[in-house]
Amino acid sequence: MAPMLTLRGLTRRFGGLTAVDAIDLDLAKGELVSIIGPNSAGKTTLFNLVTGHDRPDAGAVLFEERDVTALSPETLAARGIARTFQLGRVFANLSVMDNILIGAHTRLRAVRPAVPVIGPLIELGLALLRPASVKAEEERLREEVKIILARFGERLLPRIDQPAYSLSYANRRRVEIARALALKPRLLLLDEPTAGMNPSETAEMQGLVAELKAEGLTILLIEHKLEMVMRLSDRVVVMDEGKKIAEGAGEAVRNDPKVIEAYLGHGLSGAAEQESAA
Amino acid sequence: MSSWLDYTINGLIVGNVYALVAVGLALIFGVSRLINFAQGSIYLVGAYIGWVAVVQLHTPLPLTIIVVAAAAALVGLVIERFGLRPLQNSVRIAPLLATIGISFVLDQLVMLTFSPNPRALPSQLPDVRFQVGGGTIGPLDLLIAGVGLTSALLLFVFLRYSKLGWAVRAASQDRDAAMQMGVDVNRVNQAVFGIAAALGGVSGMLVGMYYNQIDTAMSLQATLKGVVAEVVGGAGNVPGAVIGSLLLGLVESYGVAVFGTSYRNLFAFLLLVVVLVLRPNGLFASARQAPPEPLTGTFIAPSRPLRIPRWALLAAAAIFALLPLLPVSFYVLQTLINAWLLGMLALSLTLVAGTIGQVSLGHAALLAIGAYTSALLSLSAAVPVGLAIIAGGLMSAALGTILISPSFRLRGHYVSIATLAIGEIVSLVILNWESVTRGPIGISGIPPLSLFGYDLVSPASIYWFSFAVMVALALLQARLLGSHLGRSFRAIRDDDIAARAYGLSLNRYKSLAFIFGGFAAGVSGGIAAHLYSYINHETFNTQQSILALTVVILGGLGNVVGAVVGSVALVGLPELFRIAAEYRILIYGIVLLLLVRFRPQGLLGTI
Ligand SMILES: Nc1ncnc2c1ncn2[C@@H]1O[C@H](COP(=O)(O)OP(=O)(O)OP(=O)(O)O)[C@@H](O)[C@H]1O
Ligand SMILES: [Mg+2]
Repeated sequence: MAPMLTLRGLTRRFGGLTAVDAIDLDLAKGELVSIIGPNSAGKTTLFNLVTGHDRPDAGAVLFEERDVTALSPETLAARGIARTFQLGRVFANLSVMDNILIGAHTRLRAVRPAVPVIGPLIELGLALLRPASVKAEEERLREEVKIILARFGERLLPRIDQPAYSLSYANRRRVEIARALALKPRLLLLDEPTAGMNPSETAEMQGLVAELKAEGLTILLIEHKLEMVMRLSDRVVVMDEGKKIAEGAGEAVRNDPKVIEAYLGHGLSGAAEQESAA
Repeated sequence: MSSWLDYTINGLIVGNVYALVAVGLALIFGVSRLINFAQGSIYLVGAYIGWVAVVQLHTPLPLTIIVVAAAAALVGLVIERFGLRPLQNSVRIAPLLATIGISFVLDQLVMLTFSPNPRALPSQLPDVRFQVGGGTIGPLDLLIAGVGLTSALLLFVFLRYSKLGWAVRAASQDRDAAMQMGVDVNRVNQAVFGIAAALGGVSGMLVGMYYNQIDTAMSLQATLKGVVAEVVGGAGNVPGAVIGSLLLGLVESYGVAVFGTSYRNLFAFLLLVVVLVLRPNGLFASARQAPPEPLTGTFIAPSRPLRIPRWALLAAAAIFALLPLLPVSFYVLQTLINAWLLGMLALSLTLVAGTIGQVSLGHAALLAIGAYTSALLSLSAAVPVGLAIIAGGLMSAALGTILISPSFRLRGHYVSIATLAIGEIVSLVILNWESVTRGPIGISGIPPLSLFGYDLVSPASIYWFSFAVMVALALLQARLLGSHLGRSFRAIRDDDIAARAYGLSLNRYKSLAFIFGGFAAGVSGGIAAHLYSYINHETFNTQQSILALTVVILGGLGNVVGAVVGSVALVGLPELFRIAAEYRILIYGIVLLLLVRFRPQGLLGTI
């Protein structure tokens, strides 16, 4: 079967620094691949390149066998790629409900008919008039948001109408993941979903990611917590200074001398970061 | 041929003056990522202090320069200490609004002290011209060039060799790292504001001498020119600001040579828009750079909006609707009619600046487009007034959105600059496009308001008409905010990167916001045209844009009810207390400053 996501020679330079250096990667449908590496290895930059937030200087990104290199983030979202952000980017003044409804934006059909040129004006008109079809769609999505939120137990449901800025840090991370799920993604990219979470919250998150994987979702995961990486991943890719230095099954990669050296060479920064962040 | 040399010399001299303003802006932007909209006011203050020194104190030239520099620097230090330092930990929109407020307060203080009439500022230099090549050059030209070069040299020495200068450079490279290394950011800010103000003040004085005239309109022009030069050179880039200024001076000078004086500013603002669109980081910026991921920290203060119960809104609407039936004076109705017209503009701006986060400073241009469209259609094409007003709204929606669209890819403070410039462009086009707009003469004899063939002449009927239109627009906007577009707009405001990651196209939704908001503003302008019966290119000016912005902040960003409440408050309260017209703008400026400092979420809260 053809891979879902293919990266070929993907490269991004910032001035003299090569943040992502000729990365090749194949991700099959339903696979969960983790990307690990010390700080500043280029992991987030790689995500930015895949999701259209940044353009590569060289190389190509193929999604479902189509070249999507340097397409805009909004186009890629419409194709089914969802991501979360390392530092958390919820919409601070929007309620939890609205945050997650934005996640479902690409799935609005009734209110956003695919009409060229005057499409936006029709969208404006439908938003003001709100015929039955538009109302029904909105209702359906609101119900769906509640189902997604139920995945997080009682963490978010009681706070569904609160603005996101009033949530705890961990809850904001959950809102981000819920928002990504609302897109019904074909490919999900998670950038350190457990950063700043305590061990029990981390375990909860790990359970959720495991569930998503079991449901067949294709996931690319950046994570510093090796325990979690080892348990969840089908494969692990190790990056250092922009380059892929190792790839393979978790245990094999973990014992790879190059990987150990990369972590030691950087003063165990990855592990240290993990402790201090938690 | 000789005249070309003259134009070149003139361009370089004027460029030199701009450089004194732009370098200050660049220094400030470098250390605090802030575009100081009060820079032109300091320049104005400098010009008037120069006038006092020369005309009243008869100081010799070198002393005049020192007095102006010192006094202006003092103003800069006061602005930094009391206007901006208290805002250090507030949202990013706060210092921007504060500098706008400070600028209005300073301008008005100067105007109240010296009267708005222009004054002559003699140059104190012998009036001779030397022959150079094919052109001529006077002692004042040499003085300006000399002051420019000396300042550049002093600044260079300061930045390179003094400890404080080193701290300034460190802070502008990486503020957080500089703070960690023990750089005292307050001292750096003080130094930068002091220097910027001294340069700006001297610049204002020199310009006054160059044209032998000073007036209070100089302020906004100087801010705009300085900002243009700075952005052309790359925001925060000091040498870039100098080159940008000289370039701007030359572009203007050659533009004047070819097309005439009234086109001077048009060229400046077109240059700005072109640079913002093609190279938003300036002509000398290095390769493209994605913003590094952090960029969090919202632009707008988080707040919990006040919920006003529906019955209270209905009751208030009923009271205002019945008001003309009560024995109220003509004066009260007149005041409220103004409030309803301002309310429509504020509804438009609160959508654009509040809901989708594009802080527009040129919103009065939308009024002008609506007013001219409606006036011309009813006058020249005999379109019924009611239809003409709607056409004005539609034209404002369409044309306004097209004109603003170059700013859609900009963020934060840049949007404000671009909209300010676009607003100026609209007013300059109205001034220069005589065949359509009748140019500086303006349009007179605009037919009065009428509806279905009935003229609305009684104050009560005008009151009801404008109130009904405003309420209709407010209800429509409330409905919009409750739709998926409301949340999409607010998502873009809160975090445009995350919004794009979820499929929201910035162009599409910013356009829709401007289309909707442009309509309300255009209708307001259209009604105003038929009420005033005479309009010209200055009827709808920056002061109205700022007034609308103050209303929006007062009511709460994005807050529909707040926009209406704010309009009634800002139009009504000065009337209630019988505050003389010339003090009003001063009060608006102070209100804006106090709000930013103590209640950035406004009375009713951000929605
Ligand atoms: N927009 C940018 N401009 C300049 N340099 C950048 C930019 N974005 C990232 N970098 C640099 O690229 C390198 C890789 O950064 P990146 O954020 O991808 O690392 P990372 O592997 O995600 O690290 P971490 O584990 O700390 O999140 C870093 O040295 C960073 O400073
Ligand atoms: Mg990262």
